[in-house]
Amino acid sequence: MSNAQPLLDVSGLTKHFPIKGGFPIKRTIGAVQAVDGLDFQVGEGEALGLVGESGCGKSTTGRLITRLLEPTSGTISYRGKDITHAGRKELAPVRSEIQMIFQDPYASLNPRQTVGKIISGPMEINGINPEGGREKRVRELLEIVGLNPEHYNRFPHEFSGGQRQRIGVARALALEPKLIVADEPVSALDVSIQAQVVNLLQKVQRELGIAFVFIAHDLAVVRHFSQRVAVMYLGKIVEIADRDDLYGNPRHPYTRALLSAVPEASADDKPARERIRLTGDVPSPINPPSGCRFRTRCWKATEKCASEAPPLVQVEGNKPGHLTACHYPETEATVPAPRLAKDPEAAA
Amino acid sequence: MFRFLVRRVIGAMVILLIISAITFWLFYAVPRDPAMMSCGKNCTPENLAQIRKNLGIDHSIPVQYWEWLKGVFVGRDYTGFGRCDAPCFGYSFANNVPVFDTIMDRLPTTLSLAFGAAAIFLVFGVGAGMLAALKQGQFLDKFASSASLLGSSLQIYFVGYLAMFIFVAKLGWLDQPQDNKTLLEDPSSWFSGLLLPWLVLAIIFTANYTRMTRSQMVEQLSEDYVRTARAKGLSRSNVFFRFAWRGAMGPIVTLFGIDLGTLIGGAIITESTFSLHGVGRLAVASVDQSDLPMLLGVTLLAAGAIVFFNIIVDAVYALIDPRIRLA
Amino acid sequence: MTSTDQQPFLSVKDLQVHFSTEDGIVKAVDGLTFDLAKGQTLGIVGESGSGKSVTNLTILGLHDRRRTTIDGEILLDGKELLSATEKELELLRGNKMSMIFQDALASLSPFHTIGAQIGETYRKHTGASKKEARARAIEMLRRVGIPQPDVRVDDYPHQFSGGMRQRAMIAMALVCDPELLIADEPTTALDVTVQAQILDLLKDLQQEFGTAIIFITHDLGVIADIADDVLVMYGGRCVERGTKEEVLRTPQHPYTLGLLSSMPSLDGPVDVPLSPIPGAPPSLLTPPSGCRFHPRCTFTDKVAGGLCATERPLLEVVDGRGSACHLPMEQRQDLFADLAGSRH
Repeated sequence: MSNAQPLLDVSGLTKHFPIKGGFPIKRTIGAVQAVDGLDFQVGEGEALGLVGESGCGKSTTGRLITRLLEPTSGTISYRGKDITHAGRKELAPVRSEIQMIFQDPYASLNPRQTVGKIISGPMEINGINPEGGREKRVRELLEIVGLNPEHYNRFPHEFSGGQRQRIGVARALALEPKLIVADEPVSALDVSIQAQVVNLLQKVQRELGIAFVFIAHDLAVVRHFSQRVAVMYLGKIVEIADRDDLYGNPRHPYTRALLSAVPEASADDKPARERIRLTGDVPSPINPPSGCRFRTRCWKATEKCASEAPPLVQVEGNKPGHLTACHYPETEATVPAPRLAKDPEAAA
Repeated sequence: MFRFLVRRVIGAMVILLIISAITFWLFYAVPRDPAMMSCGKNCTPENLAQIRKNLGIDHSIPVQYWEWLKGVFVGRDYTGFGRCDAPCFGYSFANNVPVFDTIMDRLPTTLSLAFGAAAIFLVFGVGAGMLAALKQGQFLDKFASSASLLGSSLQIYFVGYLAMFIFVAKLGWLDQPQDNKTLLEDPSSWFSGLLLPWLVLAIIFTANYTRMTRSQMVEQLSEDYVRTARAKGLSRSNVFFRFAWRGAMGPIVTLFGIDLGTLIGGAIITESTFSLHGVGRLAVASVDQSDLPMLLGVTLLAAGAIVFFNIIVDAVYALIDPRIRLA
Repeated sequence: MTSTDQQPFLSVKDLQVHFSTEDGIVKAVDGLTFDLAKGQTLGIVGESGSGKSVTNLTILGLHDRRRTTIDGEILLDGKELLSATEKELELLRGNKMSMIFQDALASLSPFHTIGAQIGETYRKHTGASKKEARARAIEMLRRVGIPQPDVRVDDYPHQFSGGMRQRAMIAMALVCDPELLIADEPTTALDVTVQAQILDLLKDLQQEFGTAIIFITHDLGVIADIADDVLVMYGGRCVERGTKEEVLRTPQHPYTLGLLSSMPSLDGPVDVPLSPIPGAPPSLLTPPSGCRFHPRCTFTDKVAGGLCATERPLLEVVDGRGSACHLPMEQRQDLFADLAGSRH
């Protein structure tokens, strides 16, 4: 990343959802620590991928950035301006520059509105009248996302899932945003359709110079789309790096385990990748483990991991910009402990 | 469960308190003076003042409300009527009897009517709904659907008079409806006197239960866990009764709780049609006569019944569905 | 129980499944034939509407009988299933053949404990007592890797995590040692690390019990991990069959090739666009004529006489390997090799 001011600067971002309970009067008795102290930047036109398993807080992060949720603490700066707690009026100009694309192309489009109405909605709300009128702009947008401009007056149910997601993209582009937060934009689509939408988003990102926060659980898709990638676990970033560093030289045990768990269709000719099998499930974010949150499933965990939360830093051997939150980062030679590496196929 | 009950009972008290205060305030917002009404033709200001004092309405509204509220818990002394023991809901303006006693006198009829009819419409409504769901798309299903549509479009006064004409007057199969005897006093006369009102009241409700049960069962039968139960070799009837029915029960219990609560507040049209002396007609009369204490009493009974059954419904819901935790 | 039996354990012949709906007749499965031997895993790949799930509900006889017309033959261990009575099927389901589903939370009864649900299957088919069934349930939970099985046996499904629920589901399906297990996208809703655990578990259990598995998925990566043989479905028909290695390394059908090329990988080239399959999966109400894939196929112009749009390509299978495509094989091999070269 360059030293220029980042487009989006997130620091110490935290979101705790309170849990009510108690007797006889209900009060806050705990919190779901959905997101806990995130630091990251997104540069102008850059695509940052956020990966992690369910409950890691990646979607919450997306909603915090777009201010659909109110952060508990921390700051979100957009072009150097603190928007963490900005009110409606202050936020209005920023809102049009930060747009969101949702996972479910069926639920996120109003079934009673025509495509034209859906896409021109953001312009209407923000009182924007592009040259040549809104309809002309909508037709342009339909063309950009690969839909027939003649479909202006059709309704969402007349489109297939992939086409509906294209409509969602066109809507996000209507206000010429600088940043798009895409929350699992392809995971609800059929495999043969996913590539179409990924290509479209990539074209938009490159050609229009729009920065992306790309949230997904599919590591291969994130790798394909993002220039930098952050791996999240239980509300924290455990590792963040340029794509090639992260996938080529993962330093956090969790990143390694995650990568090794992805089944690959094309890996048959190559030497088998290392297989790390994590045991158990992700712990509850209500009472996350002390110290390092991954320690309960980590084969390297020691006393230190339980007492001390590892900071997200450039550990030894990392390139600049490659940050890892681990007391015992992996090295190329590290072999996972035998108790987790049982692999009947490799043994046979 | 205990925590749940304590919390909900406290909540119920608060709700009833608010309802009583609103009723009190609304009553005085209506420009009718109960003292004037009982003062008669030769009303002098002195008489009027005396009557106000006797009725306990010679103070400002908040003070009156406080006095009334105190009476409920510790009893009250009236200048006109003397001592009224707790729970004292005041004296009727219209006929100078304690409200509480009057309601207690009317309650057996209302409870008999409500529970009797409820038993009938629950059994027949749910039964017909289950049958319809079991025979989806077949004759029985279509028949039950049509019958329930017909049932829900009928009116009690119409069916009531028609049934009385046919079954009582013409055929003589059933007795003239009456509520002279309670269940404890004379069970057989109680039963024969209320049978017709029960049946007529039940007809109107049954339709709702048939439709609700059918739609719930059909929905549950298409759930994944029902498919799993079939996939492990359980028979169709086993799955129907032990799995789908368990899932369908919740909304039916909710509806039943609301209906029962409403009925205990009085089945006004049924009572009027069959000349029964229940709480419903008492409520109507107290409105007619601007009888605030009576109106308050009946209103609280109706509200209390609904709140009570709501708590019961929630508790039963938790028994049916282990995912619901009471707190 | 040896896998050298000459007769296949499960044999599906020319299966046709048609639903009647208000909009017309849906040809969900249109002429499907395959065999499965004991101890083997057949992966069925397909997208939504490919007919992969319908096929398997039909094997268990769980389709909606009033709306469905079925033709063909399904032989399980020599017994014809399509003509079997409901009672006969009930004795087979959960006993000789069982099924696990994608959404374990929705597929387990929310009203009964895990132990009761596992025990119920066991009691139904073995006539065991409640006590025996409970002991068996605990044993099965231990077998599928649930910690503290003697405590968790009394939990309800909502008290389990996603991965544990799928384990419990597997325990329930295997409680009577079935010889056929149908797994319908069992790992799709799970996180990758948990998916890896479940796939390992299924492989272990298969080795132990010799179960034949039909594994339905849309994920070719999962196929690569678990299947022996692969059947690729498109628009209700099988377009390609073969061993896992054959299908994934040298696909013969343009659809299979398209699926493989459209998937991003963890070590493939980046900074080049993915090669998607154009268009969208067909509607089975009004399926395309001829080859169902032809509207999306990039090779139709290479076939003489416009055959792709008019004539259904036949699936010719030799030694379990085959594909349904009008393009002559030599030509396909050349074209595909070029594309595969550019892929990696």
